[in-house]
Amino acid sequence: MTKLNNKQRLFRLLLLVLLSVLAAGLGYAVLKLPLQAPGLSTRVTENLVVSGVSNPVTAVLLNFRGYDTLLEMAVLLLALLAVWSLGSQSERRESAPGAVLDMLSRLLIPLFIMVSGYLLWVGAHAPGGAFQAGSVLAAAGVLLLLAGWRPGVWFVGLPLRITLVLGLAMFVAVAVAVQLAGWRLLEFPLPVAGTLILLIEAAATLSIGITLAALFFGHRPQTGQDSGSQTEQGEK
Amino acid sequence: MSSVFFYALTGVGLFTLGLYALIVYTHLLRKILAINVMGSGIFLLLVSLAARTRGAPDPVPHAMVITGIVVAISATALALVLMLRLREASDRVELPEEPME
Amino acid sequence: MTLLQWTFDLVLGFTLLWLAWRTLASEDLFKGIVLFIAFGLLMALAWVRLDAPDIALAEAAIGAGLTGALLLAALAKLTAPKAKPEDSPPHD
Repeated sequence: MTKLNNKQRLFRLLLLVLLSVLAAGLGYAVLKLPLQAPGLSTRVTENLVVSGVSNPVTAVLLNFRGYDTLLEMAVLLLALLAVWSLGSQSERRESAPGAVLDMLSRLLIPLFIMVSGYLLWVGAHAPGGAFQAGSVLAAAGVLLLLAGWRPGVWFVGLPLRITLVLGLAMFVAVAVAVQLAGWRLLEFPLPVAGTLILLIEAAATLSIGITLAALFFGHRPQTGQDSGSQTEQGEK
Repeated sequence: MSSVFFYALTGVGLFTLGLYALIVYTHLLRKILAINVMGSGIFLLLVSLAARTRGAPDPVPHAMVITGIVVAISATALALVLMLRLREASDRVELPEEPME
Repeated sequence: MTLLQWTFDLVLGFTLLWLAWRTLASEDLFKGIVLFIAFGLLMALAWVRLDAPDIALAEAAIGAGLTGALLLAALAKLTAPKAKPEDSPPHD
């Protein structure tokens, strides 16, 4: 840390005082809240039977506040687009992984995929769901990338883009289909609610996993064609 | 005060700590860490206030916090790439210290 | 609320605050990021104490694991020696 002159010391002291006042005010506001406040939990429990799942958090995420989750998938995609558009090419060469990483990744990645599928399935009636499953899948992707694996050239073109968009697209497709069939936006009719939620969650799991792993990768993966040319920002 | 309010106060403390670090440190990576700590503090506050129910906790703040965690990591990823770009462009990774007049 | 639960909550809360301070104030950024990963894992414990197992799963995977990996990768790129642009073309 750099040495501080007196003015900077005074500034930091003043900042400390102001932030202490802020913390005290927030703490006071928190402590004044009533000890018991059911909030929305009674409303959610009453309507849980028509939501199609029995885990209240999944019901809120995918059914009652489904629009928020739809927008969140869009936010994930936007972040990836922004990262890709910044376009810095890293000169990372593929390196063979060390022995421990090699063996561990071979053991762990099938386990990750299995755990991800389980979390996706169990999210309907126990803690779990699309985000948890998607993040475990992303961890598998990060482990693969760290071990030096790169997806094949056939994948980084259209199939990658389709997988990235799949979650958002499935959500929007279900919303439009439900509305075309006569119900309101994102209102799942009771007989098919569970199935629709599972469908959306499966697509979302794939998308979240791929998007988070791509965010870790950091730049747009190059396809095979332009690895030889020296154009400034990689095309495609 | 039940233990739920203790976690709420911890959340307030984390938020304030993160805010102090955000203002005071000039290195961009520290600022990103500080924003993450602030976010964790806010999530802790939200969920501890949601646990004030008599039976099962209120699931709506839970859903909001899960959404918040995913949005926080996307924002962190974007901020890190911006920081690396800034370093490539200007060869500097700290904000300039402003001279105090 | 038994004494054991109270003690656990107290210790967890103070450890969270202390870890956050050590993360932000550490001289070495690598140490700070590793402490941040530990902070994320303790947050997962706090979520379990607050009856939020879904958030605990998400925080352990995303908040601690993926954010930690992102931060470490960024730190490695920050402190790597600047690569010369006329090196071999990228093989990614």
